[in-house]
Amino acid sequence: MPEPVLSIRDLVVNFATDDGIVHAVDGVSYDLYPGETLGVVGESGSGKSVTVMSILGLIPTPPGKIVRGEAFFKGVDLLKVKERELRAIRGKDIAMIFQDPMTSLNPVFTVGEQIAEGIQVHHPSVRDEAARDRAIELLQLVGVPNAQRRVDQYPHEYSGGMRQRAMIAMSIANEPSLLIADEPTTALDVTIQAQILEVMKKAQVETHAATIMITHDLGIIAEMADRVAVMYAGHIVEVGDVDTIFHRPRHPYTLGLMNSLPRLEADERWLKPIPGQPPSMINVPPGCPFHPRCELSRGREPCHTEFPLLEPIDSSQHKSACHFKHELAGETSKFADEAAS
Amino acid sequence: MTNPNPSASEHLQGAPPQLDRPSPETATAAEAEELTTFHEEGLEVVARSQWQLARRRFFRHKLAVGSLIVLLLIVLVGVFAEQIAPYSFREQSPLDARMAPTFEGQHYFGTDVLGRDYFSRTVFGIRTSLYVAGVVALLSTLIGALYGAVSGYFGGWIDNLMMRFVDLVLTLPILAVLIVIAALLGNGTPIRVAIILALFYWTTLARIIRGNFLSLREKEYVEAAKASGASDMRIIFRHMLPNSMGPIVVNATLIVATAILVEATLSFLGFGVQPPQPALGKLIDDARGFMQTMPWLVLAPGVTIVVIVLCINFVGDGLRDALDPTQRRLRA
Amino acid sequence: MLIFVVRRLLYSIPVLIITSFLIFWAVTVSGDPLTTVRQIPRVSQDTINAIIERNHLLEPFIVQYWEWVKSAFTDGFGTTLLGDAPIMPDIRRVLGNTMQLIIAAEILSVILAAIIGVVSAVRQYSSFDYAATTFSFLGFATPTFFLALLLQILFTNLYLSTDVRIFYTSGLSSAGADNFLIDRLQHLALPVITLAVLGIAQFSRYVRASMLEVVNSDYVRTAKAKGVRRRNVVMKHALRNALIPFVTAIALDFGGLFGGAIVTETIFGIDGMGRYLVSHLNTRDVYPVMAWLMLTSVIVILFNLIADVIYGYLDPRIRYD
Repeated sequence: MPEPVLSIRDLVVNFATDDGIVHAVDGVSYDLYPGETLGVVGESGSGKSVTVMSILGLIPTPPGKIVRGEAFFKGVDLLKVKERELRAIRGKDIAMIFQDPMTSLNPVFTVGEQIAEGIQVHHPSVRDEAARDRAIELLQLVGVPNAQRRVDQYPHEYSGGMRQRAMIAMSIANEPSLLIADEPTTALDVTIQAQILEVMKKAQVETHAATIMITHDLGIIAEMADRVAVMYAGHIVEVGDVDTIFHRPRHPYTLGLMNSLPRLEADERWLKPIPGQPPSMINVPPGCPFHPRCELSRGREPCHTEFPLLEPIDSSQHKSACHFKHELAGETSKFADEAAS
Repeated sequence: MTNPNPSASEHLQGAPPQLDRPSPETATAAEAEELTTFHEEGLEVVARSQWQLARRRFFRHKLAVGSLIVLLLIVLVGVFAEQIAPYSFREQSPLDARMAPTFEGQHYFGTDVLGRDYFSRTVFGIRTSLYVAGVVALLSTLIGALYGAVSGYFGGWIDNLMMRFVDLVLTLPILAVLIVIAALLGNGTPIRVAIILALFYWTTLARIIRGNFLSLREKEYVEAAKASGASDMRIIFRHMLPNSMGPIVVNATLIVATAILVEATLSFLGFGVQPPQPALGKLIDDARGFMQTMPWLVLAPGVTIVVIVLCINFVGDGLRDALDPTQRRLRA
Repeated sequence: MLIFVVRRLLYSIPVLIITSFLIFWAVTVSGDPLTTVRQIPRVSQDTINAIIERNHLLEPFIVQYWEWVKSAFTDGFGTTLLGDAPIMPDIRRVLGNTMQLIIAAEILSVILAAIIGVVSAVRQYSSFDYAATTFSFLGFATPTFFLALLLQILFTNLYLSTDVRIFYTSGLSSAGADNFLIDRLQHLALPVITLAVLGIAQFSRYVRASMLEVVNSDYVRTAKAKGVRRRNVVMKHALRNALIPFVTAIALDFGGLFGGAIVTETIFGIDGMGRYLVSHLNTRDVYPVMAWLMLTSVIVILFNLIADVIYGYLDPRIRYD
């Protein structure tokens, strides 16, 4: 395996609130390899966004606190580096696409001005004219019609899909080696979603960037990801390549996720959601965070008391954090069944 | 991602545990029992009513609670003015004139040139101020809430017209208009001053309630009430106004504060409450000529006003935090 | 943009008309303007008849209103009740003085409030923030007249003990002053400070809240994620958005300042609009009072208009209204 572009090790992030300390990220580690797309899946509150925002220093640090951990990017630990260096990386080597393009774009500046700013901040010698031309180029690349005119328009004059295209244009302006997309399509219509995913694929091809795709939508993972990391309650519970995760998951949560999706082709009489609620992030129950809802556990010992570590199964590329993961060997999700039939 | 929220027992009626995958019909009661117990672990469910939550939030603010206590004491002073004040408002004892604050003769705030005890005068002045402020708050809340409710509930051109009127009222500088009206129509009694003030201070609440109602209108329970034949009045009073209690209470508190300040200003200028009725502003005006030699005569009533308004503002702040849970404050 | 301005202007006209009607009606309805005059024994019946004649007091209400409106344009609102002084020249004089006071106070308020508000927001929960909050709360709780008196006591005592005049505690100028400007500033300082304090208390909270909201917004997060320097994030992205509502609030506050000026001028003995109003109210002379109200409305409406225009200029979203 080549060297990872990004290597997160044992990241722990807390938030101080009126009700207590929220353990948003509780020991997360994963690697990202060049050119690949890593899908990070999880429910709201699982810590998937907080993880990447902490790396870029975008968490407000009065309530938030990075307790420990390392995040190596091209040999540099982003969590220990000075603000000035981090700033040089943000928007240039690592770029981020946010969820809601309407609120993520400044309403009082034109789209062109905002894209140009991203360029000029990192390349101060570029003149306004040149930056504007480059902005037009980028808008055309992401498929914004009539880019010559649109570049001088304000965000509220764009449609939702166009705004997200503009955000993508802004993120690839400086040809980053790492692209992070945090729920890029959640705020958009389903039909627009497909278009945006296409634009993202195109952006990846253009920049050869490694991508982290954060989402709760398994459909997007299936389409975009090479590898998948599943998060639950601030932990990674399973990591593997996309086929394995979808067809032969080795963690009860992942299996539950896969089996809970409704399928049109199969003849199902009941939907099978995962019973129960995600745990409170303030008073985390001891042992495995998933055990109150886990059917594999059946109340057995290590689940209540001992926290399961993320350990490799078969090959080092497939890891699961479950005391009884071996019992799932031979289990297949309904996706695999259909693939077989 | 599916929402795993259906309650355990409902879910278990037909759907089996995933991993064994028995068919729906064979799920046993024992399995259902097992799964129910698991779901209760790690869950944080504590039922509390809304008011209890609000009260808990309010009492977390030490400043607000402290101010509330001080305020209650002051109200008691105002109510029991006769018992607390050693002298009457106009009583003069020329032999004790021009005294600095002292324990002698119970002249805690000193006396003026005519020998009037300023502590007593302040105490009676407090009563007037609180009375006027209370009446203003009550009246303007009633007018404002009703006005805003009607405007917001009916919407359309009614709302447009009513709001334009509000804009018009607010076009002129309020203090100036108040002074003019008080001069022309006032007779120096507290109640009339209160009515005049209320005529202008209902507007903020009207705007707030109207805004609230415009959005509440769209909620399903309002539509449901309409569909089941409830009259407009019933809907407004039983369904919508209770939901707006938070802003109403907070706003009423702020109006009390403003009313105290304005009443004092009016009586200072001579257009508000006038003798023989006691008024804090008038006390200060009376003492103005002797400010250099007997500054305490100005300071005592003045600081009293500041303390009262400060306490009201702190309490109002605490109330706002308690009743408006949408503003979650993170600890520093 | 131009259409926007014109529309707002046209809208102001009916507002002005209705306001003028309300003013006239409210004042007239409060009783016979001659009540006080009739009680003065020196005044002859002839004088009274002349007043009735001049002000059309026996004619129907609508005619009186019309005559008054006419007098506003042709005759500068006519004269006082007793006919001894034309209104317009007096108002012009006092308005000039008051405007000096109000504009200086507003400028001071705005600058200080903006600085305090922005710093408080950027350094939330710091000791500066707490100090500023305390100052604001005190500012809200102190009646303007009390503050004015306190300042008077303070600076008079300073003068008495050190024999140095830092600021004057009354009047607009001293006769025979060496430097007119400095002298005027010394006289205006205390009234301006008095007026400004409430404005600072209010606006600094407003700016702080606005900044906090903006600083936690998504687009500021995007700017940071792009690598923009912290200073530029605040000054360029956050400030511009946060100031938009602030600017309108300032313009809309001018009405309140007129009220504050009434008290301040009375205490500091300044020959301005406030004192003019109060003295004529004391004599129950309604004509200067009506003129005062009308002119003030015009000014306030004008400032509302300016506020709208500035808002439209700063926020592209409402321009295409």
